[in-house]
Amino acid sequence: MTNGTSVPAIDVQQLHKHFGEGENRLHVLKGIDFHVDDGEVVCVIGPSGSGKSTLLRCVNRLEEPTGGRILIEGSDITDPDADVDAIRTRIGMVFQQFNLFPHIDVLNNLTIAQRRVLKRSKDEAERIARANLEKVGMIDKVHAYPAQLSGGQSQRVAIARALSMEPDMMLFDEPTSALDPELVGEVLEVMRTLASEGMTMMVVTHEMGFAREVGDRVVFMDGGVVVEEGPPAQLINDPQEERTKAFLSQVL
Amino acid sequence: MTPRQRRELRRRVLYGVLVVGAVAVALVVDWAQLQETFFNVEIARDMFPEVATIAVKNTVIYTILAFAFGLVLGLLLALMKMSTIGPYRWIANVYIELFRGLPALVTLILVGFALPIALGINIPGGTLGKATVGLGLVAAAYMAETIRAGIQAVPKGQMEAARSLGMSQGRAMASIVIPQAFRIIIPPLTNELVLLIKDTSLVFVLGSTPVSKELTKFGRDLLLERANGTPLTVIALLYLAITLPLTRLVAQLEKRQARAR
Repeated sequence: MTNGTSVPAIDVQQLHKHFGEGENRLHVLKGIDFHVDDGEVVCVIGPSGSGKSTLLRCVNRLEEPTGGRILIEGSDITDPDADVDAIRTRIGMVFQQFNLFPHIDVLNNLTIAQRRVLKRSKDEAERIARANLEKVGMIDKVHAYPAQLSGGQSQRVAIARALSMEPDMMLFDEPTSALDPELVGEVLEVMRTLASEGMTMMVVTHEMGFAREVGDRVVFMDGGVVVEEGPPAQLINDPQEERTKAFLSQVL
Repeated sequence: MTPRQRRELRRRVLYGVLVVGAVAVALVVDWAQLQETFFNVEIARDMFPEVATIAVKNTVIYTILAFAFGLVLGLLLALMKMSTIGPYRWIANVYIELFRGLPALVTLILVGFALPIALGINIPGGTLGKATVGLGLVAAAYMAETIRAGIQAVPKGQMEAARSLGMSQGRAMASIVIPQAFRIIIPPLTNELVLLIKDTSLVFVLGSTPVSKELTKFGRDLLLERANGTPLTVIALLYLAITLPLTRLVAQLEKRQARAR
């Protein structure tokens, strides 16, 4: 994959996404060019309905793009012949609503895909699962069921579940938006650790503090287009575009 | 009269009607005759142990096999009904409408007689095989809708999370969605089981040997043989002995689910 010059981990080219049919057809992404380099942390911010979550979901094809290309480590995942399941094992995903599997315990949440998809042995899957639970500070809940966890704990387990697949990059879809304010910190802390370890991350978030502190680059989206992007300090403190200024004045 | 007095009067009249009715029944009914006809201890005692070792056993076996057959076919139909491929949906829809619309008795006759005579298809396993298929075909139509509702009640995020971990559609269905769907539909499925228990009383149309009788056939034959209603009383109690614990179980499960939410 690496041929001297480094290929972006995520390379989105002229991406379009429509929802619905006929008269109700909604143009949600209007030709997005976007990339995340290897080891880079990119935070995507913008008002609700701006298309930022849709963009993130297109990156592992939970949404089917209606136009444009997405390259993951150089290979085109929008190609009809692409093995989407195999590509997804390289892309960890963390959801706003955690989406832990409620019918199995924490350990099995972390091992089920390792065993069924990656065909790892039970012992190896559990070893990796425990190491990741340790990392997110949830090892003491290894046999708990999701219903017994707080929101913050659930999200940390969800992160550990994604990490257990040992992905090359992580996608975060508003990971703290469903949390009570006092639980946001513990999740951001885990994400901060991941970033410091060099994980490639794309984070859709409303946490400006996190974006400023951890992000290598911040992308501001509105109305289905990328309005402005740049280093966090510059974009957040000194935005150039009117729409960016208007949005930031409301959230800061 | 004040409104309070009027309410009091109405209450007394209603109680009075009840008492008069009860006295009338007590006087009209021939209690000795009733006991002789429906609660004859001797006849009841004669029914054991066969009523348990044959009739109850057969009822339970027909029920379990038909339920298992119906569950597998129902799951298949539910998945077909949600298929992206049109013809699969149409087949499932036609099947469900057909077998929900037909009386179970007609389906049993169809399986037991029409298929072998008209098409030369003979279901193996004798009465047991035919009862399993006949009742199972009907149960599947009902269960398909229940299972589909259960699958659709599992939040979309579950499928998305499973797919994001690299699971295929089928793998995610089997490992993540369907196990949760079945948890949701335990109460309606248990109701389906209770309905099936009662539907086994229709198996008599397939013809029966002394060892293949289920509760109703067993009771009816004895009713005619002894010219006495006691066998009906006994089998009625035995049906309740099977269904009441089940309906209690449904209530328990529903209560637990309500608490979990």
